[in-house]
Amino acid sequence: MSSNDVTHHAADDHNHDHGDDHGHHGPAPGLMRWVTTTNHKDIGTLYLWFSLVMFFIGGAMALVIRAELFQPGIQIVDPMFFNSMTTMHAIVMIFGVVMPAFVGLANWMIPMMIGAPDMALPRLNNWSFWIMPFAFTIMLSTLFMDSGGPAGGWTLYPPLVLQMGDSFAFVIFAIHFLGISSVMGSINIVATIFNMRAPGMTFMKMPMFVWTWLITAYLLIATIPVFAGAVTMLLTDRYFGTSFFSAAGGGDPVMFQHIFWFFGHPEVYILILPAFGIVSSIIPTFARKELFGYDSMVYATASIAFLSFIVWAHHMFTTGMPLAGELFFMFSTMLISVPTGVKVFNWVATMWRGAMTFETPMLFAIGFVIMFTVGGLSGLMLAITPADIQYHDTYFVVAHFHYVLVPGAIYSLMAATYYWLPKWTGNMYDEKLGKMHFWISTIFVNVLFFPMHFVGLAGMPRRIPDYSLQFADWNMIATIGAFGFGFSQLMFVYIIVKCVRGGEKATAEVWEGARGLEWTVASPAPYHTFETAPTIEPSTVTR
Amino acid sequence: MSDLPFDPPRKSHAKVAGKMLCLAFAMFGFGYLMVPLYDIICDITGLNGKTGRVSVAEANATQTELVAEDREIIVEFVASINQGGSWIFKPMEKTMTVTPGKMYQASYYAENLSSSPVVAQATPSVSPFAAAKYFNKTECFCFTRQAFEPNGSKDMPLTFIIDPDLPINVDRVTLSYTFFRSPDQS
Repeated sequence: MSSNDVTHHAADDHNHDHGDDHGHHGPAPGLMRWVTTTNHKDIGTLYLWFSLVMFFIGGAMALVIRAELFQPGIQIVDPMFFNSMTTMHAIVMIFGVVMPAFVGLANWMIPMMIGAPDMALPRLNNWSFWIMPFAFTIMLSTLFMDSGGPAGGWTLYPPLVLQMGDSFAFVIFAIHFLGISSVMGSINIVATIFNMRAPGMTFMKMPMFVWTWLITAYLLIATIPVFAGAVTMLLTDRYFGTSFFSAAGGGDPVMFQHIFWFFGHPEVYILILPAFGIVSSIIPTFARKELFGYDSMVYATASIAFLSFIVWAHHMFTTGMPLAGELFFMFSTMLISVPTGVKVFNWVATMWRGAMTFETPMLFAIGFVIMFTVGGLSGLMLAITPADIQYHDTYFVVAHFHYVLVPGAIYSLMAATYYWLPKWTGNMYDEKLGKMHFWISTIFVNVLFFPMHFVGLAGMPRRIPDYSLQFADWNMIATIGAFGFGFSQLMFVYIIVKCVRGGEKATAEVWEGARGLEWTVASPAPYHTFETAPTIEPSTVTR
Repeated sequence: MSDLPFDPPRKSHAKVAGKMLCLAFAMFGFGYLMVPLYDIICDITGLNGKTGRVSVAEANATQTELVAEDREIIVEFVASINQGGSWIFKPMEKTMTVTPGKMYQASYYAENLSSSPVVAQATPSVSPFAAAKYFNKTECFCFTRQAFEPNGSKDMPLTFIIDPDLPINVDRVTLSYTFFRSPDQS
């Protein structure tokens, strides 16, 4: 396959009229540059800024939740608004922060990593981004409607969600828009990776970040439409008299859970596979060693993606499944820890006897490996059906998925930002502040989420604004952690802005041990890179 | 190799994007396909407490074929009303002791407490799930929608037969009906 690609490219004539019409000039002046741009770096930047803004909106919602939970009783917000905060916090963080940030990184880095001049479908790329701000404007506007925002949880279970006010239709349409954006973005990424690799950049030479994104893109294309179908059924149940989920008309609300989690479980791997790719790029750089077990990393990623399609009902152990179903979903879920374990051991083996240094990206990457593993282990506990019946819908579940998403996915995004920021801006960020940001975040993130394990095991239910007195102490500690973590992220913004404005000039290579095509271009990366395909040499590929 | 121009064939972008778009549409369809699949799987396995429905002829065949005289099963009848509609809905007998393979009749009583005509639908569920596919009904008020006059009431019959193949560890079966106001009325 790969050798065919090489001859194919070689046979083509020299022709510069590809891609967009902007040709080889710099960016257009003025604000319209950002509206009309088809440049992968501009669009990547737009995605990353967008997700940073959404990170603070979603974070503010989390702080409303934690403020209310500081003490037992209802003090600050009314329960309905509390419920719409838990719902919106999830929707914003999943669809507005983690997914767009990964797409932004894919836009910036994939063409530079595979030696392509741009994404395969630049105009589609512009659309993929610009749908998002409108979709989130619609979504967030529901909070100001008379009926309030969605308050039935981000999982949108009927019949509860069907009892929502008039903002229901706005939420569904916003989800449709977000889905269209993700699917278009993913199609673009698949087309780029298949068609735009430089001669000699075979599949098994691609950096892990490219691999994990290729697999993630497939997951997105295969599952987002299922979710779109499920929410469309909700919409027609509500407004057009169908009875997909209404028992009165012959439907079944439990069926929604099956359809939703058929999307929802692959979705959680969509939120973590690109993080695996980022960490697999950073650890070899700062360990000054090649990634250990590259091939097994690729196969492990593919195995995780495959398994993600057959484990969905472990979210539904309390719906009254037959024993055979419970056993199947329990064992298949536990099986996922095998490829995931392969990845964790490979990262550790990469560091083993490496000449390690601990710059900020490496700190975040190591923090990721350790704390993601904590979240993975509590996931294994939740996979055990009889135990899950106890843990279901408690704070233990909240602790589990926040450990894999905050010191997991979010840490990988911070690691990626520090790692590639010098390449994007041409300036080094403030290393001292970066390290401070890491240590303060890491202390507070554990103060925030670790106590949730305890209150969860003791039986505190999630998504409830009030709780019994025996949970009071740990909730107070968690809230202190939440405010500490939330406000320490202002440091992150300060460091980024400071770096964009100036600083010590970065070299092309930036990091001593860095390998890969993105480090062969100047810092900051020129507006157009690799208009002539680069030569793939052992020193320029990550393996 | 180093000076090769980069110009990917544009056609292949459309090809890859087209294939991916087809996959996306196919998966949208698959979401809807899960609806009939779900019902089929529930019917075949009896999961979800969906009870079986047999014709009178089939039931008679079972009845003459094999009656497990030595077994006694207690059938419990439960009634509940969805979302607090203004109804009285209750079983006429709370329990029955039955022999597998024989046909029995039971009935539920329903009364519309509102002063407007209402159409209602009852949905059944059997517990334990393992018993669901052995619990067969030849006639049931849940097969059709029931119309009620203002303040009207009626006795609603059901005829059932428990398959003698009912697993040996099951000696008590609960049949539950939930009464819904039919959704397609204003």
